[in-house]
Amino acid sequence: MTSLETIPVALLALFPLTVILIYALFAIWMERKVAGFIQDRLGPMRVGGWHGWAQSFADLLKLIQKEDIIPTDTSKFLFKFAPFLMFAASYAAFAVIPFSSAYMGSNIDIGVFYILAITSLLTISVIMAGWASNNKWSLLGAMRSAAQMVSYEVPTIMAVLSVIVVAGSLNLMTVTEMQSGNDILGFIPNWLIFQNPFLLVAFVIFFISILAESHRVPFDLPESESELVAGFQTEYSGMRWAMFMLAEYADMLLLSLLGAVLFFGGWNSPFGEFMGGPVWGFIWFMLKGMILVFVMMWIRWTLPRYRVDQLMHLCWSVLIPISFVNFVLIALWEMLF
Amino acid sequence: MIEVVRKGNSRPEMVINMGPQHPSTHGVLRLEVTLDGELVTHVRPHIGYLHRCFEKYAEKMDDYSKVTPYTDRMDYVSAINQEHGYAIAMEKLLSIEVPDRVEHIRVIMAELQRIASHLLAVGTFGLDLGAFTPFLYVFTEREKILDIFEKTSGARLLYNYICVGGLMRDVDEDFKKDTAEFVRTFRPKITELQDLLSYNSIFIKRTANVGILPEKVALNFASSGPVLRGSGVKWDLRKNDPYSIYDRFDFDIPVGKGEVGTLGDCWDRYIVRVHEMEESCKIIEQALESMPDEGDVQQNVPKKIRTKPGEIYSRTESPRGELGYYIISDQSSKPFRLKARTPSFVNLSVLPAISRGSLMSDLVAIIGSIDIVLGEVDR
Repeated sequence: MTSLETIPVALLALFPLTVILIYALFAIWMERKVAGFIQDRLGPMRVGGWHGWAQSFADLLKLIQKEDIIPTDTSKFLFKFAPFLMFAASYAAFAVIPFSSAYMGSNIDIGVFYILAITSLLTISVIMAGWASNNKWSLLGAMRSAAQMVSYEVPTIMAVLSVIVVAGSLNLMTVTEMQSGNDILGFIPNWLIFQNPFLLVAFVIFFISILAESHRVPFDLPESESELVAGFQTEYSGMRWAMFMLAEYADMLLLSLLGAVLFFGGWNSPFGEFMGGPVWGFIWFMLKGMILVFVMMWIRWTLPRYRVDQLMHLCWSVLIPISFVNFVLIALWEMLF
Repeated sequence: MIEVVRKGNSRPEMVINMGPQHPSTHGVLRLEVTLDGELVTHVRPHIGYLHRCFEKYAEKMDDYSKVTPYTDRMDYVSAINQEHGYAIAMEKLLSIEVPDRVEHIRVIMAELQRIASHLLAVGTFGLDLGAFTPFLYVFTEREKILDIFEKTSGARLLYNYICVGGLMRDVDEDFKKDTAEFVRTFRPKITELQDLLSYNSIFIKRTANVGILPEKVALNFASSGPVLRGSGVKWDLRKNDPYSIYDRFDFDIPVGKGEVGTLGDCWDRYIVRVHEMEESCKIIEQALESMPDEGDVQQNVPKKIRTKPGEIYSRTESPRGELGYYIISDQSSKPFRLKARTPSFVNLSVLPAISRGSLMSDLVAIIGSIDIVLGEVDR
């Protein structure tokens, strides 16, 4: 970290923003490609020549040019503020993600706690957007979203806590560093998911919960397009809508990267010292995050959507009890071995 | 801001307008939904956004044969079945005998169209529940059927192919080969659909025990087609009141059995359609085998239709149910009155009865399982 201290903080803070923007453009293209291949078609093929790689840029340009529509009788301040708050919440959370052994926005000791707290702002911005739109569909979407995100925070936190019990630190850099090396059976990396059988269960719970937290199918009820038109985004268009999309993809990446740190060794190379170092570390880390993002896309284009009561049932009577029991079992395992 | 209505001591309710522009109302249906939270307390369908005066136009045409293109536009996803019904009604009125080859081609076309229509119904039903991918899979199959139709009639959606007394033109030389090939490749795709959608546990959760239509209610509302058969009533005009040459073929009538939930739920209506596609494959295979190779398809087509005063009601089984044409003729060359009894319109009327007390998301599933085509509801 010492070499980086000479660079101004503002410049350092731009790094996650750059990562998010490049990732969002790539992920939107990738989502369409993944959808295309799963559905036995090609996806975008024209813009930019090679496999339509510039499709996201074209879309972005189109959205920038769109008229900025604010419906009558909306509460204007909340309507304008909601998309930016949503993106700000996602972006701020990246501050404590250790992108590589050399870079981490803010090396604070309560990193995990900070992420869980700041992502709660997402719920507020969704309700804000839904309420301010003065549209019944938006309101229904926002109310669903509030119920869903608040409920699914509980299993997410329980799964994260299980990891913290094993790792013994809330600092994500420390959590990553303790996963270095390939000591299990001599070649398997020391990633937390391989260290404790109950952490595998914790990961499954964590992954299901982040699907719900980031509104992905089968839990995309807040914006379920076939019932609620577009949920809380119904009245949004142009760049404001683009901000929502950006925030949604940023949220996906954030939660996937959090998963990569907590369970898959963060920036650690799977081959020990080989291909290690800060630059490789960054590439490994993004790769792990993107694999989780890909799985989310894969699920999205395969499954139907849950109903709102079934969603709640799954959370409160399946995931939460299992996560509590699992938490106790992990604690016992740590005490005994 | 948003109004919430509270009557007396009852719970607060919100009236929400669903449609006519809504992704899941399958066209321009408008529903006035009263919601208590997410619970539907009342539904009122409003129709007429696609009304095109079909029955009045039919009276104003120069000739009976010019009505056929308008029948296409009623149920635009199963145009052949609509034409077939009209041709049969007219042939009964005029006592025209249709050659065997024509009957076979008509049956094959009608069954292909039934498969295409059910594929669309099943695909959009999945889409309503958030499953996007099966929709594109079934569209690939529907595309193959449309290719066969295009080769024969030149059109892909509204064919104007079956005319009174015969067919517009003979099928192309590859017809038999193409159709047999389609049926052969289509069977495994049904199995694929069953794996991907029908027995998906989330899909079952969303459709089982939802929108239950008891046998008695179904009969009281005069519903027909897969909606009636989903409630366990074995009623199919191809068997119960055979028309054309359906009495020569060996096939079953699939009915709902309450396999994953209660009898008459959305899943039952859905699975009846899937099984009907298999039965249609059987009919096509048998018809291809017994189809005569030679024959003029236009030999009995009247040059100019002249009717005597009279009336006729003729009904056929379209993919959505009982399609009836009631025609009153006078001595002119056009109908005095033509009334179409369209199944979607009748089936839609059960919606308020079965959707009370369900959730907002269930309402979408129920509309999808009834499988309405607004062109046919409004005419």
